[in-house]
Amino acid sequence: MELVQRLLEFVDQIFVNLSFWASTQLANFLPEWAVTFLMMFATVLVLVFFGLGSIIWINVFERKVIGRFQDRYGPNRFGPFGLLQCVADMIKLLTKEDITPTKADRLIYNLAAVVPIIPTFLILAVIPFGRGMVAADLNVGFLYIVAVGSLGTIGIFMASWGSRNKYALISGLRTVAQMISYEIPMVLSVVGVLLLVGSLSMVSIVDAQAQWRLPFVVLQPLAFVIYFTAAVAEVNRAPFDLPEGESEIVAGYHIEYSGIKFAMFLLAEYINAFSVCAIAATIFLGGWQGPILPSWAWFFLKTYFLYVVLIWLRGTLPRVRIDQLLEFAWKTLVPLALANLMITALVAKLVPHNSLVGAVAFLAMNVVVIVGIAVVKYPRWRKERRQVVLVPRSASSEASGP
Amino acid sequence: MTELKTDTITVNMGPQHPSTHGVFRLILTLDGETVIDVEPVVGYLHRNHEKIGELNNWIQNTPFTDRLDYISPMSNEFAYVLAVEKLAEIEPPERARYIRIIMVELNRIVNHMIVVGFLLNELGCFFTPMFYCIRWRELVMDLYEMTAGSRMMPNYFWIGGVAADLPPRFLPECKELVAALPGFIDELERLITDSEIVQMRCKNVGVLPPDVAVAYGCTGPLLRASGVPYDIRRAEPYSIYDRFDFDVVVGTVGDVYDRYLVRIEEMRQSVRIVEQALRDLPEGETATPKKRKFMPPEGDVYHRIEAPKGELGFYLVSDGSEQPYRYKIRAPSFVNLQALPYMCKGYKIADVVVNIGSIDITMGEVDR
Repeated sequence: MELVQRLLEFVDQIFVNLSFWASTQLANFLPEWAVTFLMMFATVLVLVFFGLGSIIWINVFERKVIGRFQDRYGPNRFGPFGLLQCVADMIKLLTKEDITPTKADRLIYNLAAVVPIIPTFLILAVIPFGRGMVAADLNVGFLYIVAVGSLGTIGIFMASWGSRNKYALISGLRTVAQMISYEIPMVLSVVGVLLLVGSLSMVSIVDAQAQWRLPFVVLQPLAFVIYFTAAVAEVNRAPFDLPEGESEIVAGYHIEYSGIKFAMFLLAEYINAFSVCAIAATIFLGGWQGPILPSWAWFFLKTYFLYVVLIWLRGTLPRVRIDQLLEFAWKTLVPLALANLMITALVAKLVPHNSLVGAVAFLAMNVVVIVGIAVVKYPRWRKERRQVVLVPRSASSEASGP
Repeated sequence: MTELKTDTITVNMGPQHPSTHGVFRLILTLDGETVIDVEPVVGYLHRNHEKIGELNNWIQNTPFTDRLDYISPMSNEFAYVLAVEKLAEIEPPERARYIRIIMVELNRIVNHMIVVGFLLNELGCFFTPMFYCIRWRELVMDLYEMTAGSRMMPNYFWIGGVAADLPPRFLPECKELVAALPGFIDELERLITDSEIVQMRCKNVGVLPPDVAVAYGCTGPLLRASGVPYDIRRAEPYSIYDRFDFDVVVGTVGDVYDRYLVRIEEMRQSVRIVEQALRDLPEGETATPKKRKFMPPEGDVYHRIEAPKGELGFYLVSDGSEQPYRYKIRAPSFVNLQALPYMCKGYKIADVVVNIGSIDITMGEVDR
């Protein structure tokens, strides 16, 4: 029994121990500042390679899952179960002609392909991938995520402005409107959680969920739904993929990009989608906490579960229109998030923290709000149902004109 | 604060655009996201169909009509064959008439499935409903293949009957399909009809009032969705449509959502008609004796049918020779497309493609 426990502990901490072992080895023949520097460098390298490597698998995973939703196999030609499809795609993209439109603003156009990818990697730095597995435990972790995350907008807007294409321009304006609008409910929904934790650090948020012995999704289901909805919009995924909108503005901001530059946008998009799932898993689903399995396995399980939800949304829902999109953010999500924040603040003062009573109180308050919304919305939804009129034409009756 | 100076932009949508159903071009004048003017440009797929029709002989034109609206080839053949039969006063055998009704109504189901699939595609639900619909379309196409030998271009209707009798496998498989179809339509409705986003996007978008629809000469589901109960199968029953019970489906508002609902319900009505036709299918000949040279008497004829997209009419003039003297098509897609600028003005860009999808056009028929 003890052996099993030690084995689990070993697997759980394998990456932490590895980095510790590497730093002690280096310390034998290098000064301390050099070891620190090298270890930081190594961490960054690991994160970047993790980001790039996970694309290979996320891409195939997404296409496989969406294929199943659409009643088909998905890629299954190259490699076992089509797992190497992404390699083939990468080769194709790398060997494609790199086109710069003659009238494009060359500097901005070329720079824009690189800009969106930087914040996506920066976000990975504060996500705890497992127990003790965080590149930088910033005490302003969540604030950092919000700040860095909004940098991606600049890259997209540069791309749309620089490529001098009308579809791209429309897409750029949509992106800015969308990202600015959805950042507010996204942050406001998490503030409720931060109120319970008392810290912005991602590691503290995970620890707080251990103290409650419950993931925050139980205490703050409404906030979770708001956060996830806003996050989907934040990373331009269906049903909020207006900046891309294949059927309307063709491909939006990356319409003029080809080859490796196009791949960069794709890369940024996939990593972004992965990181919002990771953040949601950390804040609301208890991060790396979980029984038996190693902590990092739990983290990835939860993250990929949310990612499947993202794919599911993409496979099922149509796109909303730009005015409806903004209306939804400002008239539904922001008031809801504010209401949630206010009630959370109130309940947090009244009930004891880290106790079952408190958890029940939070859950009850959320149920009241959700049921309230349903009671208000359902009659209107019923009323707006529409039916067609059937004008019978029976074989016996005489033919009649319009 | 001074008011910002704004300007409109002109966007050229198409002819290569994923949502224009082929090579259809729209010149949009936009004020931000709002459409203030739409100018449709057609003609990119013009292939001289009507002139070539005059050079073909009467029989060669039957497979040629398949290329008009390639989503519903059987309906095109039906309209042409009925027009020629009216001109030459040929009475096809009873069994052939029933077979024709079965084929044409199956065709309507296929067409409406494609429309609903593409409409959702244009709404942004990329290909999921489309694939579900295509799967069922394939089953109908299998029936076409076993009877006519071809899936898309069947050339099955002949002047004076049909090309061949139904194969023995047809009836059981068709009955099975028809029994399963309502279940699928319900399933499709569960996915789409009550979806909040579909309702947000479709309700009160592209509203076409009945008087405007009539003024533009719109027909088919587009007109019926606007609340005009005009269906040629009912208004002017051709072939043997007077023997079947079915309902003409009429919308109430005339927006995209109504057009969608009308099509869904029309699929159910088509299933009803096919069921009745299969029930009453008589035994006997499937074609009148064929002639090597077919030369109808001099004269002209106009015959119209309720094709899945609307009123499909053929105006044929014969000078007594082997070829038609004039071969003119009244294509529903082309006429219905006229209402597009009216429907789009004042709405957003995203609504333009949804409106195109809801009109249901096939460029092969628009440009001819």
